Amino acid sequence: MKKLLLASSVAALMALPAQAADYTIDTQGAHAFVQFKISHLGYSWLYGRFNTFSGDFSYDAAKLADSKIQLTIDTNSIDSNHAERDKHLRGSDFLNVSKHPKATFTSTKVVAKDGDKFDLHGNLTLNGVTKEVVIAAEKLGEGQDPWGGYRAGFAGSASFQLKDFGINYDLGPASSTVYLDLTVEGIRK
Amino acid sequence: MFKNRSTHYGLVSVTLHWLVALTVFGLFALGFWMVDLTYYSSWYRTAPHWHKSVGIILLIAMLFRVGWRFFTVSPLPVATHRKWEQIASKAAHFLLYAGIFAIIFTGYLISTADGRPIAVFDWFEIPSAGELFARQADIAGDLHRYLAYGVIAIAVLHAVAALKHHFIDKDATFRRMLGRKN
Repeated sequence: MKKLLLASSVAALMALPAQAADYTIDTQGAHAFVQFKISHLGYSWLYGRFNTFSGDFSYDAAKLADSKIQLTIDTNSIDSNHAERDKHLRGSDFLNVSKHPKATFTSTKVVAKDGDKFDLHGNLTLNGVTKEVVIAAEKLGEGQDPWGGYRAGFAGSASFQLKDFGINYDLGPASSTVYLDLTVEGIRK
Repeated sequence: MFKNRSTHYGLVSVTLHWLVALTVFGLFALGFWMVDLTYYSSWYRTAPHWHKSVGIILLIAMLFRVGWRFFTVSPLPVATHRKWEQIASKAAHFLLYAGIFAIIFTGYLISTADGRPIAVFDWFEIPSAGELFARQADIAGDLHRYLAYGVIAIAVLHAVAALKHHFIDKDATFRRMLGRKN
């Protein structure tokens, strides 16, 4: 009887529509990625990522406009798979990580688009400079995970000029724009 | 002729001294200059490649130089040198040797932090020992720079002291490093 009650209440919970809920980004299990790419000489892409970051978001499928996200990135953790390049990227020509060890993104507004797509407006602080950035985002999915938790996942992309964030090292005419590529999976708190 | 005597330095020690001196100052200048090269400079790739290659060759020369000290005597101090001068010059020599080895080691740690080897003029490669500690390239890079400033400062002091002995004291200190006798 107890078991049946438990089972039916679990079933009832699962049947509920997604409510506004707070999520922690799953950095523990590394199901979230902060990646970037930038043109190399105009001939190919250079990919890199930040290995250490943390964040939370609130998400409500029914009231998307109330959703928000906060992300803090350890700029020291930049990784482009080349130690000497990463050293250069951490230095004063690029990210100035000794002066600006954190980059942050804080959403200010969510604008719904078709289907699961939406625009995530927010302030990106990088190299000590704060600028508004719009992330073109999309919900990839949500639901129970196999281990008793509830997850929701999103992908987003944005681009900005390096010089907008005070990074003036000249990588060539084709390499002034950096493209961010985010995948964020949250575990409901 | 090749080996040292108690009164003078042999050809091997003299040649190594001046080659190492030239190389250390050359590497310092090259390193100081290359870190500010722009990305489209034609030297952007070549200068670090030469800097690393010459650095490894300097390591080989320095290892030979240390080994050579065991094969040959060290000339006695110039008789007119005071006790504190002898101690100070020995200390400076030790710091120069230790500093040069430390600079080469930290340079190795920068370039091999991600497992990549160091190519010496495309003749041969020095393999990486892997990442030995966190933030290796950054920490080793800072040490490499400050050690280099330190070694150059001591080398300048060493040169000024030698010239002082030559021009003011008018003793054999400097001439001995040209292979002359006391």
